[in-house]
Amino acid sequence: MQTLTQSLANPTRFLALSARLLPWIAAASALVIAIGLGLVFTAPPDYQMGHTVKIMFVHVPAAWLSMFVYALIAVSSFGLLVFRHPLADVSAKAAAPLGAAFTFLALVTGMLWGKPMWGAFWVWDPRLTSVLLLFFLYLGLIALRSSIDEEALAAKLTATLSLVGIVILPVIKFSVDWNSLHQPASVMRLGAPTIHASLLWPLLVMAAGMTLLFAALHVKAMRNEILRRRVKALRAFAADAAGGLAGQAAG
Amino acid sequence: MSALMRPFWQLVRRDVSLAWKDGGAIGVALGFYLMVVTLLPLGIGPDLALLTRIAPGVLWVALLLAALLSLARMFETDLEDGSLEVLATGPLPLVAIAAAKSLAHWITTGLPLTVLAPVLGLLLNLPPEGYGVLVASMLAGTPAVSFVGAVGAALTLRTRRGGLLLALLMLPLFVPTLIFGIDTVREAILNSAAFWPAFLILSAISLTALVLAPIAAAAALRFQLQQ
Amino acid sequence: MTTAMDLGTHAAYVWASYAAVALVLVALVGWLVVDGHRQQRLIDALEGRGVRRRSQSTEPGSG
Repeated sequence: MQTLTQSLANPTRFLALSARLLPWIAAASALVIAIGLGLVFTAPPDYQMGHTVKIMFVHVPAAWLSMFVYALIAVSSFGLLVFRHPLADVSAKAAAPLGAAFTFLALVTGMLWGKPMWGAFWVWDPRLTSVLLLFFLYLGLIALRSSIDEEALAAKLTATLSLVGIVILPVIKFSVDWNSLHQPASVMRLGAPTIHASLLWPLLVMAAGMTLLFAALHVKAMRNEILRRRVKALRAFAADAAGGLAGQAAG
Repeated sequence: MSALMRPFWQLVRRDVSLAWKDGGAIGVALGFYLMVVTLLPLGIGPDLALLTRIAPGVLWVALLLAALLSLARMFETDLEDGSLEVLATGPLPLVAIAAAKSLAHWITTGLPLTVLAPVLGLLLNLPPEGYGVLVASMLAGTPAVSFVGAVGAALTLRTRRGGLLLALLMLPLFVPTLIFGIDTVREAILNSAAFWPAFLILSAISLTALVLAPIAAAAALRFQLQQ
Repeated sequence: MTTAMDLGTHAAYVWASYAAVALVLVALVGWLVVDGHRQQRLIDALEGRGVRRRSQSTEPGSG
């Protein structure tokens, strides 16, 4: 009995399976997000923050996804380097731009939440600062991969970088929190608001919906990457064949 | 283990003497450090109280930038003339090679910058309590810069615009050392008890980097050499 | 459901946040769909010219 990862190891099988599953995942995410949006806009204003608390309903899921996707990339990288799983690199490569996009959204919504709260777009709040550094980690992954032409080498080097990153990430968070505690100036914190049930549900539903959306995007991106590699293989094969014919004609 | 120590130190000695004879790399790092710390007060203005407040931060950030300059070349010259491959097939495992080159980088970049730092502290009106701690914090923190930097250098070895990419990769990885290094100095100046935890954490980060970073750097080197 | 939702004094920030999220997510979906179509067209064109992978049943290692 094969494990899930083993049965998905064959790219052709993955394409077939994902073709069937993707519409369902996409539909589920659309449905859950729709419900979430309904809950968001019927949610009552917060006692302290008023309606700006609604920004939290997209900011927190985006921040959660930014970390979850990085962990996913680290797991994929481990799968590549240790188990040589055939789809591990496809998964990591597909996830990086998506994770960067969610991190970017976490930053933007965080700044848009911060301005009415604290009067400035950026106050070096420890949580936003960690997200900013995580954004740089993502950019580093994407930049490193795009700077290497050989696919196999790019795969292994980005995998190494992502594993180094996941080890350092908790240290970064710890150091940023430390820094905010020991700064002489008064620090305003994007503290977790005390969540009432009427505010908890929109948050959870939006988080679930956005996670499902990421799943759909990730599967689709993996499909595209598998197709892209097929195009490369076909082109290489066509070039080989053409070269062979030319060789025959010359000889 | 003892059979590896001689080739290890030979490699360290070789790299240090190469950097010393060349002179360029060390000079660039020191010159850059001097430039940044000199230009900053010129830009900010002679507000002495302000300079004192920002002195720990400026001294540490400028040191990181200066160290970054010579990081890109850690493995480059050896790769170009083929000696990296020769080393890789020699008696030393790649992990030891990475560690040796990181150590050599520290001796030729981290240490000189640490020696220059208190002198530059004068330019920034660093209070007297700060000088000893400044040197101590840099002695404790610069090994992390060299050893973690080696990972970045190995990853960006043959890429175009490798230096720029290296800076981007290193930025988040250096933040913990930066924060605890600065805080060590700042807390000591304030004569606060929080100086010790910061210093110990700074040292712990460096010690961990000493052990773990060469493993990652060696993996990256192995992948690069396989190509 | 009120048509002109009063989101308080900072309504613009709330709308801007949701607009940013919608924009980025729609752009992502759009890019992935377009890219997928492009790859499929390239494959169809190549296979139409008679190019076949060495083995159609098992995938060659992707390195």
